[in-house]
Amino acid sequence: MSQDALRELTEQKYKYGFVTDVEADQAPPGLNEEIIRLISRKKGEPQFLLDWRLKAYKHWLTMEEPRWAYVHYRPIDYQSIVYYSAPRPKKQLGSIDEVDPELRKAFEKLGIPLAEQQRISNVAVDAVFDSVSVATTYKAKLAEKGVIFGSFSEAVQHHPELIERFLGSVVPAGDNFFAALNSAVFSDGSFAYIPKGVRCPMELSTYFRINAENTGQFERTLIVADEGSHVSYLEGCTAPMRDENQLHAAVVELVALPGAEIKYSTVQNWYPGDAEGRGGIFNFVTKRAKAMERAKVSWTQVETGSAITWKYPSCILQGDDSVGEFYSVALANNRQQADTGTKMIHVGKRTRSTIVSKGISAGHGQNAYRGLVRIGKNATGARNYSQCDSLLIGDQCGAHTFPYIEVKNPTAKVEHEATTSRIAEDQLFYCRQRGLSQEDAVSMIVNGFARQVLKELPMEFAVEAQKLLGMSLEGSVG
Amino acid sequence: MLRIQNLKARIGEKEILHGLDLTVNAGEVHAIMGPNGSGKSTLASVLAGRENVEVTAGSVTYLGQDLLALAPEKRAAAGLFLGFQYPVEIPGVANLYFLRTALNAMRRARGEEEVDAMDFLAIAKEKLKLVKWDQSFVQRGVNEGFSGGEKKKNEILQMAVLEPKLSILDEIDSGLDIDALRVVADGVNALRAPDRAFLLVTHYQRLLDYVKPDRVHVMAAGKIVKSGGPELALELEKTGYAGWVPERHGAGARP
Repeated sequence: MSQDALRELTEQKYKYGFVTDVEADQAPPGLNEEIIRLISRKKGEPQFLLDWRLKAYKHWLTMEEPRWAYVHYRPIDYQSIVYYSAPRPKKQLGSIDEVDPELRKAFEKLGIPLAEQQRISNVAVDAVFDSVSVATTYKAKLAEKGVIFGSFSEAVQHHPELIERFLGSVVPAGDNFFAALNSAVFSDGSFAYIPKGVRCPMELSTYFRINAENTGQFERTLIVADEGSHVSYLEGCTAPMRDENQLHAAVVELVALPGAEIKYSTVQNWYPGDAEGRGGIFNFVTKRAKAMERAKVSWTQVETGSAITWKYPSCILQGDDSVGEFYSVALANNRQQADTGTKMIHVGKRTRSTIVSKGISAGHGQNAYRGLVRIGKNATGARNYSQCDSLLIGDQCGAHTFPYIEVKNPTAKVEHEATTSRIAEDQLFYCRQRGLSQEDAVSMIVNGFARQVLKELPMEFAVEAQKLLGMSLEGSVG
Repeated sequence: MLRIQNLKARIGEKEILHGLDLTVNAGEVHAIMGPNGSGKSTLASVLAGRENVEVTAGSVTYLGQDLLALAPEKRAAAGLFLGFQYPVEIPGVANLYFLRTALNAMRRARGEEEVDAMDFLAIAKEKLKLVKWDQSFVQRGVNEGFSGGEKKKNEILQMAVLEPKLSILDEIDSGLDIDALRVVADGVNALRAPDRAFLLVTHYQRLLDYVKPDRVHVMAAGKIVKSGGPELALELEKTGYAGWVPERHGAGARP
């Protein structure tokens, strides 16, 4: 096959690799106190937030990049990264219809029309472009119920008391190397607050898009579900195809107050790099939830993109009778590496957690599940069930499982099951004998393998995730 | 419909089929009988296009096409169905979804319109009666946790839905109790039609009590060694294969 044809084939797989031409307001590359002050100034932030950033930065300087994950990459030069890049607004926006047409076009191409009348589904979207929220749909409709949803920067302006109270309450500024970096330089993200007893009338969703070159994306998401409230939140992301790696170090904090329920779903489709492992996003993300009495937090993730994924959406089950769930499908094809899993920290009595992890490895992909179940000494009657399944496609890939279990209360029940299987020639032949092409057969087998997780996703997302799994595996067999 | 001439095939270094000839006409039911290791299942694999079997000589013409030149899925779309001796499990993929996807893949390949979910449900309901199943079976994963007999019935259900022109059933009767055997036989009989043909690969006469074949062939050491009418099966039942199987000479034998 000619080089061109090969290139065409590999590029076909990633449909979102285009670049949008917008004028950007960028800081010079490099990180120092001045850059942090610049970001804070650009955002017109209150003093407490600047102080918080600077504290995080000072702490970060004393920290070392973690090396324990089962991933390999060349050291990141933190001084060559641009820490602030925002599409330059032509003027102050009065409404969504005034969003820069180029940006609107970009999101339309991604299947996220920003005009509310074009949206058929009942989903409110916050569109984040290079770390800056450019539009949020259905704000007015949400406000009727008292739901606050929009960009983090706006929330800082309009609801500083909520930000000051909850920011860093689940992931402290100095939590880990990447979280500290994020705390220092985050430029935007989404914020949601669901008032007491309110069932959010629609799905909330943030769509993250990296566009600019050499920039890092550091967004911060904070969701607070007040007592007895309920919210379902979706997150999607894509990036252009570039030969160099780009860093994405986000932080997501979820606060579920007593009796609240948060369902957080992610379909992660950052550019994974090419077949030889050139380019792609380094996805080093900290996601954590705190659940108070009777609260429930459910993480569902479908991870198909990124060159490297380092991500452990976790639950601190603080309150008695709180519930944590983690459903994950992680796919590593070509040269992708994924080290992902969860932490379930049982603090309260009768806390329950469920972990279902499905790892799919193909090509030269390396997939590791890393999970911690910790039962504290006061967590009487706590229960955990973990299931980790790995599926291998081909004989050049790898699957690894690193379960950590710490139990300090004798009444706890902890179960762990793990399986590893391979797509067998027999299965493929069976499907082909029934008229399915090889690729459709692989896609069907993989989707069957991942079904337990996919059924946790909201309907529309599940369909997209299914297609994505099939697409990400094109050419992985035969 | 199917014409096999001087077919030779091997798995790895070992030649299994040593020049096999067979012609099956539309509307006919043929039974291929023979002892273990005679190459019956290998023949079924070659016809369906399994890649671990290498054809070294001969030709297979199916409905005027060179069958051996087609990919397995193209053969399926052309109406060739293999009922597996050991059907595989595909966990998490609902039977109903699998069947609809299969049917639509074939219809697409033939340039026909796809069947939507509602219409397909009606088709499936009708066909389920054939195997005396309720709907709970089609919601389960493909063969997931099925007993041996259930797996074989599922093959018959798939055949009934896909309505193939040529059905090759590889030891569909093995491991079945008498009730299941009846269900399987009824499934085959219900599909018999002037434009369809069947190739039943079996050890025993038992199935042929319920499905009356037009032709019976005895296979031994990679060849058809004797052909006849239904009475040949009865004869075999009495005498066993001993008389038909040549001494273990030549190919396949130990040095």
